[in-house]
Amino acid sequence: MNSSQLIGITTFTYLFSTILYAALFIFKTKRLGPLATIFTIVAFLVQTAGIGLRWLESYQMGMGRAPLTNMYESVVFFAWTIILIYLIIEWKFKTKIIGAFAVPFAFLAMAYGSFASGITKEIVPLVPALQSNWLIAHVVTCFIGYAAFAVAAGLGFMYLIKNTSETRQSTNDSTLLGSLPPLKVLDDITHKTMVFGFLWLSIGIITGAIWANSAWGTYWSWDPKETWSLITWFIYAITLHARHTRGWGGTRIAWLAIFGFVSVIFTYYGVNFLLSGLHSYGSN
Amino acid sequence: MKNRNPIWDFFASVKLALFTLFFLATTSVIGTIIPQKETAQWYIDRYGEASANLFQILSITPDMYSSGWFLSLLGLLCINLIICSLDRFPGVWHQIKADNLATPLTRLEKMTPQSQWQSANPPTSSASALKTALNTHGWKAKERSLDNGILLFAQKGAMTRTGVYIVHVSILVIFAGAIIGSALGFKASVMLPETRTTDKVYTFDTNTAIDLGFEVRCDRFNIEFYDNGMPKAYRSHLSILEDGKVVTEKAIVVNDPLSYKGITFYQSSYEPYQEFLVTITNKKTGLSENVIIPYKEQHSFEKNGLRLGIINAEGRGQSVSRIKIWLTDDNGDPSLFWLDDGEQVTVERTKNNYTVSAKQMYATGLQIAKDPGVWTVYTGCALMVLGLIVAFFMSHQRIWLYIREESDGKSSILMTGNANKNKVHFEKIFQTLTQAIKKI
Ligand code: HEM
Repeated sequence: MNSSQLIGITTFTYLFSTILYAALFIFKTKRLGPLATIFTIVAFLVQTAGIGLRWLESYQMGMGRAPLTNMYESVVFFAWTIILIYLIIEWKFKTKIIGAFAVPFAFLAMAYGSFASGITKEIVPLVPALQSNWLIAHVVTCFIGYAAFAVAAGLGFMYLIKNTSETRQSTNDSTLLGSLPPLKVLDDITHKTMVFGFLWLSIGIITGAIWANSAWGTYWSWDPKETWSLITWFIYAITLHARHTRGWGGTRIAWLAIFGFVSVIFTYYGVNFLLSGLHSYGSN
Repeated sequence: MKNRNPIWDFFASVKLALFTLFFLATTSVIGTIIPQKETAQWYIDRYGEASANLFQILSITPDMYSSGWFLSLLGLLCINLIICSLDRFPGVWHQIKADNLATPLTRLEKMTPQSQWQSANPPTSSASALKTALNTHGWKAKERSLDNGILLFAQKGAMTRTGVYIVHVSILVIFAGAIIGSALGFKASVMLPETRTTDKVYTFDTNTAIDLGFEVRCDRFNIEFYDNGMPKAYRSHLSILEDGKVVTEKAIVVNDPLSYKGITFYQSSYEPYQEFLVTITNKKTGLSENVIIPYKEQHSFEKNGLRLGIINAEGRGQSVSRIKIWLTDDNGDPSLFWLDDGEQVTVERTKNNYTVSAKQMYATGLQIAKDPGVWTVYTGCALMVLGLIVAFFMSHQRIWLYIREESDGKSSILMTGNANKNKVHFEKIFQTLTQAIKKI
């Protein structure tokens, strides 16, 4: 068993998790609930082992480095963090339906990493610029932020779907969307998840700046990737202020959660392929 | 205190903050789509004369992020932050320092969460027992006698109300650091061939020479490779000299620079030469010489009739890994041998022995930065993280207990409290605390 196989397996297990949560949501067969959770936890552990093994393998290949330094490794870590954050939310807020909206992000990330063309899965050594502990801190913190924003976007979707159905018909538990958590709860979890993501994105930008300064002597150079991370940060700062001081909530915050995540995706992915800059290492 | 001046109100408003942040976010996009810091000709070739002109008029090129209008937006954000904080902070400070024992009972009676119970003891002994109980649960209570009872008050995290302000101030601190850096610092570069010394470096933007005030020498540069041929490390051995004497030295690699007197040298690039650095030592006399010999040229050492040439070289791309040397003195046939780049070998000749080492010559590309604002920026960053944690995850929690004397000498207790954030969590704390101290 090697790390690629373990990580490859998780792509399919997350697909299956997605199906389980979707079934739970659509058919409301309560029995499926624990099954979906346990299955997701197992898949998560397999992925954890896969990432750990990949780390170990890099040492065996004589270049010991954390598995966090190219596009493939970052999407794998992204998926891992989404699942981790989702599981924490499930445990804290005792609601499973959110899985139907959060776990698919992890599956999509894994599927992209596994099947998209032009993504190297091999363990390649690090070029000199990437040999820094600040880089590891930077990637980890950014991706915790990104994953939180992914979950927040999933929650935003749930909110919007539930909201439109509630305005059309009075909710009762027999409708499909009746099983979703109440709007107030969704609104609250969305906000909390964004707050959590904002903290990590802030730390991510800071550690990135420290890394840049130790490598080039400039902590901020308005390179497209840096600028986009700042744009994303502004969007979430606007969201926090709008909510905290102007009382925005509900639909508007749900849209901002989705909109913010679009910006995250562009920062993470779009910049590498559509714009150029220092971070173009991600494009292979 | 409040002179509601409309200009002040404008700059203190959160609406302005939302507007400024929105504009910063949207305009920042432009500079990521239109490449920055290219030459005027480049823009004309890429976008055509008319668009290139327009970009220049709007200061979108060549450097939008240091253009007047962009800096003005950042300045507006700062003014907004300062005025907004000045406007609100006194109120927050007032809340932190408030005399909570003066809170009217009518307000306490309406507050939630709330709990009431009776005690068989008179107020004074009830109060002191409750005070001790609160203390054992980490709540230090203050006490005040009122007309017909005693009021206890305890709080946690009053200072956490400053969290938001710490975040806001941290942004100003970061800006201050950036201003210090751009006013008093510089960014420069230099291509420094091995064995050479320089006391000047050249700025990025205008290419003007900057006097370092000391000298830096590149003693040696080398590249290490992984087995698959990818570069593993670029390493420059640098020495700093003052008045011709070495005062410090360090081998720098990317991500591990050398700092001296506030000026930092970063490994940034390199340039291979078609020349070789050769060191030759006469074993008999112990004399040693360092020379630079171009590829396929012969060098004569005048003193002893020794001649040496690099006649072949092998390597990857422009980097040499093996070198073939031709060497002769006045005795016997010439010696021909291979050595690895940087390796030292002993050559045995009929009358004399020599040690020879050779390596390809490089120039190291150094980036040089002086930024006295960096630590201010880092302090701001640390403050921001601290402030965010406080603002998001900590709250100011307050608890009041009013112990009223009943006609029969017993007492009745009203316990209430509130938190400025995370109310659900506070209610749980309140419930457990109530359970714990009710028994007394
Ligand atoms: C990029 C810039 C800014 C950042 C990162 C930032 C950050 C924050 C954060 C994290 C909070 C706490 C929100 C919460 O608890 O949910 C906050 C609250 C607030 N911010 Fe900002 N802020 C920024 C700019 C501004 C500006 C320019 C203003 C000027 C009006 C402002 C006014 C406020 C106010 C009034 C609050 C609410 C304070 C309270 O709880 O009483 N912020 N800010």
